[in-house]
Amino acid sequence: MLAVRNLSFSYGQKSVLLDINLDCKPMLTAIIGPNATGKSTFLKCIAGLLKHRGSVILNGKRIYDGDSTGQVSYLPQDNGTPIALTVLEAVLLGMHQSLSWRVSQKDLDLAFGVLEDLGIEELSTRLLNQLSGGQQQMVSIAQSLVREPQVLLMDEPTSSLDLYRQLEIFNLIKKVTYEKNIITLVALHDLNLAARYADRMVVMSKGTIYDAGEPYAILTEDMIKTVYGVHADVYMDRDGLPVVVPKVSSSPAKRIQHRDTLGQRQPEKALGGVLTP
Amino acid sequence: MTTMSRDAYDRITRRKIVYLIVVIGAMILTFFIDIMTGPAWLSMKEVIQAIFWPGQSDPMVEGIVWIIRLPVAFMAISVGAALGVAGAEMQTILGNPLASPYTLGISGAAGFGAALAMVLGVGAVPYAQEFLVPLNAFIFSLITCMTIYMLARGRKKNQTETIILVGIALLFLFNAFLALLQYMASENELQAVVFWLFGSLMKATWPKLAIVTVVLILLIPLFARDAWKLTALRLGDSKAQSLGIDVRKLRLRVFVGISLITATAVCFVGTIGFVGLVAPHISRMLVGEDQRFFLPLSALSGALLLSAASVGSKMIIPGSIFPIGIITSFIGVPFFLALILTRKEGHW
Repeated sequence: MLAVRNLSFSYGQKSVLLDINLDCKPMLTAIIGPNATGKSTFLKCIAGLLKHRGSVILNGKRIYDGDSTGQVSYLPQDNGTPIALTVLEAVLLGMHQSLSWRVSQKDLDLAFGVLEDLGIEELSTRLLNQLSGGQQQMVSIAQSLVREPQVLLMDEPTSSLDLYRQLEIFNLIKKVTYEKNIITLVALHDLNLAARYADRMVVMSKGTIYDAGEPYAILTEDMIKTVYGVHADVYMDRDGLPVVVPKVSSSPAKRIQHRDTLGQRQPEKALGGVLTP
Repeated sequence: MTTMSRDAYDRITRRKIVYLIVVIGAMILTFFIDIMTGPAWLSMKEVIQAIFWPGQSDPMVEGIVWIIRLPVAFMAISVGAALGVAGAEMQTILGNPLASPYTLGISGAAGFGAALAMVLGVGAVPYAQEFLVPLNAFIFSLITCMTIYMLARGRKKNQTETIILVGIALLFLFNAFLALLQYMASENELQAVVFWLFGSLMKATWPKLAIVTVVLILLIPLFARDAWKLTALRLGDSKAQSLGIDVRKLRLRVFVGISLITATAVCFVGTIGFVGLVAPHISRMLVGEDQRFFLPLSALSGALLLSAASVGSKMIIPGSIFPIGIITSFIGVPFFLALILTRKEGHW
């Protein structure tokens, strides 16, 4: 059980997270919300990468700043600089704390196993700077899975992947979450992808948690209008999952105007299309 | 599939080990050729006999080998390795392909310190005599590094940019001071300063060699201990941080190590450029960024390059010795360009 208590964070004078309280069980939780609402910062605070006020408690033990890496694995949005490093070496870096100069057979098994699970084993000897953006993303995911974490934090893990790969990755994340009993938190923009895969959704708005619950209860026309400033229809599909379809009448001009009142600088990127399973 | 990938991985690892062995072999070969060459040519047999069975060969040959050529040949290996390692880690912590031990004013400061001793006879440490020039060069190099360190330590953001920009500003400052000293110097002093700036291994002695080698042997394990972290640092700060690495501390710790290695190497041999820049690039092209291979190969290729340059400096005009700082570029540039132009993929 991961418990976040009174977590606040500010960059200098600017408050980014305001007194957040959240409990997470081993399941797939999607964190949604507009840009610049603190989703990434929230994940970084849980990972112990940012000094924050309040506490993050995992199974009764407090996670300290920068000390959490054994149990918590954080996958940033940025894939890192593509350098002349083989994919296998890059995956091994995910468990650098326990590696010596000579990599043991056990560690190699683990790294190859993750690559196989992700279906990218054939890339193992390719260099990172020879891979496409999507392939680099897969390697990053492998890097965070290889640590066998208790908590897996992912910031937009499928942002540069095609639809097929998106579904493949989320199937895998879900499988790993259940099989290994991991607390998985994924920051996502694509509401339909979130609805399809998440057991629970947490909506963030202006540095606080606006609402949390099961997708069907969270994804409402009201919430989308209030939090995103977008008019949308929400339907239930054949599986009983909510599907968000933005209305054409939500003209960009109107949205930008509305979002300006929320203090956002950039227009939101297009919401994800309707997914077919 | 697993077996195929494993075989491919094993093949790549074996290839990297072969590169290391080939460079070690080439280095040992140039080391012996370095001892053979000079105003008096020696045969390989004479050299080996003088080194391994002293007392059984011509005393004059033994004198040449043990007193003159061995310290120089070893110094080429030791300084070359030091510059290779320092360049490799400088490029790693700054994430910049142009970084080398000389980028950040360290050479400028060493040159100024040396010139101060040669022109004005002013030493940072009194009664240093034989070591007056190297000690001055060492102390001024360290002052530069520590200034950069202190200014970068306080920065939470843009640490890399601070190190590079402060270093370059100091480079200009010390170059200006150096120019001033050269302007003030007599003809003889000016010649001495210019010759020092060319870089030369000729003043190598056993004690100086011991100092450079000991510093190198003490510091390389410190870098080696952080090998995985340094590899991760090349992926960028945010990626390395997400892997649980304290990027600021790692960068500063390695910077201190680089400073000590560079200052020690530079103070005895002057400014031998290019090795520290090119050796890491050669290694990266051959074995990639995995520091377990990249670090030792940078040291070895630096040593090989400087040893080959030492041979070259004695071969251009038989009987005379060119300043090695000039030769490193003559030998290194064509080799470097050939490597860059014959490769399809970018290595940086």
